[in-house]
Amino acid sequence: MAHTADSKNYYIPHGSHWPIVGSIGLTTLLVGFSMFLNGVGMGKMLALAGLVITVIMIFGWFGTVIKESEAGTYNNQVDRSFRWGMFWFIFSEVMFFAGFFGALFYARQLSVPWLGGEGIGAATNSVLWSGFENVWPTNGPGEVGGKFEAMPAWGLPAINTAILLSSGVTITWAHWGLKENKRNHLIWGLAATVALGSLFLYFQAIEYVHAYHELNLKLSTGVYGSTFFMLTGFHGMHVTIGAIMLFVMLLRAIKGHFTPKHHFAFEAAAWYWHFVDVVWLGLFIFVYWL
Amino acid sequence: MSAVMADEHHEEHPKGITRWLFTTNHKDIGTLYLFLALIMFFIGGFMALIIRAELFQPGLQVVEPQFFNSMTTMHALIMIFGVVMPAFTGLANWLIPMMVGATDMALPRMNNWSFWILPFAFTMLISTLLMDGGGPAGGWTLYPPLSLQTGTALPFVIFSIHLMGLSSIMGSINVIATILNMRAPGMTLMKMPLFVWTWLITAYLLIATMPVLAGAVTMLLTDKFFGTSFFNAAGGGDPVLFQHIFWFFGHPEVYVLILPAFGVISQIIPTFARKPLFGYSSMVYATASIAFLSFIVWAHHMFTVGMPLAGEMFFMFTTMLIAVPTGVKVFNWVATMWRGSMTFETPMLFAIGFIMMFTIGGFSGLMMAITPVDFQYHDTYFIVAHFHYVLVPGAIFSIIAAVYYWLPKWTGHMYNEKLGKLHFWLSTIFVNLTFFPMHFIGLAGMPRRIPDYSLQFVEFNQIATIGAFGFGFAQLLFLYIVLQTVRGGQKATDQVWEGAHGLEWTLASPPPYHSFTTPPEVK
Repeated sequence: MAHTADSKNYYIPHGSHWPIVGSIGLTTLLVGFSMFLNGVGMGKMLALAGLVITVIMIFGWFGTVIKESEAGTYNNQVDRSFRWGMFWFIFSEVMFFAGFFGALFYARQLSVPWLGGEGIGAATNSVLWSGFENVWPTNGPGEVGGKFEAMPAWGLPAINTAILLSSGVTITWAHWGLKENKRNHLIWGLAATVALGSLFLYFQAIEYVHAYHELNLKLSTGVYGSTFFMLTGFHGMHVTIGAIMLFVMLLRAIKGHFTPKHHFAFEAAAWYWHFVDVVWLGLFIFVYWL
Repeated sequence: MSAVMADEHHEEHPKGITRWLFTTNHKDIGTLYLFLALIMFFIGGFMALIIRAELFQPGLQVVEPQFFNSMTTMHALIMIFGVVMPAFTGLANWLIPMMVGATDMALPRMNNWSFWILPFAFTMLISTLLMDGGGPAGGWTLYPPLSLQTGTALPFVIFSIHLMGLSSIMGSINVIATILNMRAPGMTLMKMPLFVWTWLITAYLLIATMPVLAGAVTMLLTDKFFGTSFFNAAGGGDPVLFQHIFWFFGHPEVYVLILPAFGVISQIIPTFARKPLFGYSSMVYATASIAFLSFIVWAHHMFTVGMPLAGEMFFMFTTMLIAVPTGVKVFNWVATMWRGSMTFETPMLFAIGFIMMFTIGGFSGLMMAITPVDFQYHDTYFIVAHFHYVLVPGAIFSIIAAVYYWLPKWTGHMYNEKLGKLHFWLSTIFVNLTFFPMHFIGLAGMPRRIPDYSLQFVEFNQIATIGAFGFGFAQLLFLYIVLQTVRGGQKATDQVWEGAHGLEWTLASPPPYHSFTTPPEVK
């Protein structure tokens, strides 16, 4: 059954039960988590069950798509739809991070200076906290979370920057291998990328432990701790997702999936990886360095 | 070969509950969206009537103040996320593939998921009314620190908003992929019907802003449960930060609620004026300009919060700029009707009603764009009058117009024209009775979101309440007309309307399960 590249017909997938399973999974997860936050005992178990259902859905749904794709069911138009889909999904992720970067810039450029007495008619400083000065990093005039030290840029974070940037190189190298149909080249490129991604996550974990135990820098350390951990935390979560995607690509590459002309899944994972890379550069510059 | 195979597989028309649960068909999914919107319309409307019943007299008589506040909050969340947005997405599902000459949406399984998240999200949201501390009651904008005082409901509300956002983002990705990738040969961008154009731009707005809302409510969650200080001045944050992030989403969201309406009106007016749309390309550019401007006007929702003067000025002028592209649109609709051979079937009546009353809302918006004047209007019934004029006789009228206009195509039956016209006149009279007096009591200083009021506001409030109940019950007539048309009625022709043009009118009424199995040629 040939891959009908220039088919004049449209392709529609058959119905699927995975979306409704996904809805049930996500709802169970979120209801469970809400109950947990409200201190209801069974919340944790419910959240866990929801997570399991969601993971099963992801396996099942992507499994179906991979099978169909390998059977040559998709034509070029479907391929283009997938491309647009992934592109706009990544754009939505960019905007998610933009919200948190916005919070960081607002705190650094507006709210902390105002609390420090800058601006016309800003009375908070003189009325409430006259001793507070506008410096960054800060945990605010109330010193929320107690004395802390900031995370320096030129230790682990700089090494992590180098790691992520080189993983961007290895994934491109793997892509070259795929396009030239050199299977080993592809597999080693992917393996190196996954390894570098995991190393990054390992260092990130060490950094968090260091922050919590030695710097007294926590999620609850005022606005610096909030922006630091929410930005790097969501980034770390995205690195984890990206690394899992690349790991799946590695397994598929070993299994013999993908052809030099037909490997959208690989490209999607690579795009995602580059997106995660670029977000890290923003983090390194604005959260750690400046 | 493979495509044919997939088609054969699909020819067996699925039956029963699994048809709706597992469907990948754009018409089935569109129908699901539209019925969800209809159900939520009556739930949200019922809440509005509770609010109006309480406000029939000064003093407290029908409900507790806390419950009153959660009614205003839930009414807004349900009407925005549960009625207008799903209704437009339902229209998009039904119409975009037919209008661009495709067989279905680009990503049909994801399409299914975008819909089937919503019933779960709304069950979660509405169930908060039964929880300890009641539903959310700090307004749909969820401003901290007030919203952080919500009881058990808070995480449920936040996660239901996450789910709605997920659904909107997936739905929008699908719309964009369909429009960019599934157009029939010859259907160039500047030949697309205006409804398709407005949805392309709406989808872009949704993908750009929904994640920002997700971020904002996530920060609320962590501030409440994980000790972060985003909105806590003692920690260096600022409650006003939430307002900025929220309205960075919220203002483009306003255009999400109205751009598809512009698209619907731009389809209907030419049909019944029997003239092509005046200034097609200027309509496209005006829509794009409105979308662009929507990203740089957000703080006009916050004029009284205490921004620096430069900020107040900037947001005042950018907001006033929006009147220009919007004016272009209203001008073009009027110019389309100029010297046309007009007839006034129900969709046309609703469309003309839209233009008249949306413009009233537009003008009151322009009044509030003037910063010093807004200091007087802010958080009064004047703003309530303003956004209800653009949303009820605006967005909702356009949705009703769209249903009357395309229902014969969808079902193959004509609706009852006499009842349709009656529905229009009842709706128009009562909607003005409800919302016009709110301008007066707002200018006189009656604050919004308060269950009690001073004696001098009694008469206008009573008129508004009578109008609201009249409008609400008039919609039962709409429900009856729709159900009657779905069940049967006079057979509709393929073109349905004498002056209708576009690919969807070349298909049978009702259209085949898969709209175009091979792409039509567009000259």
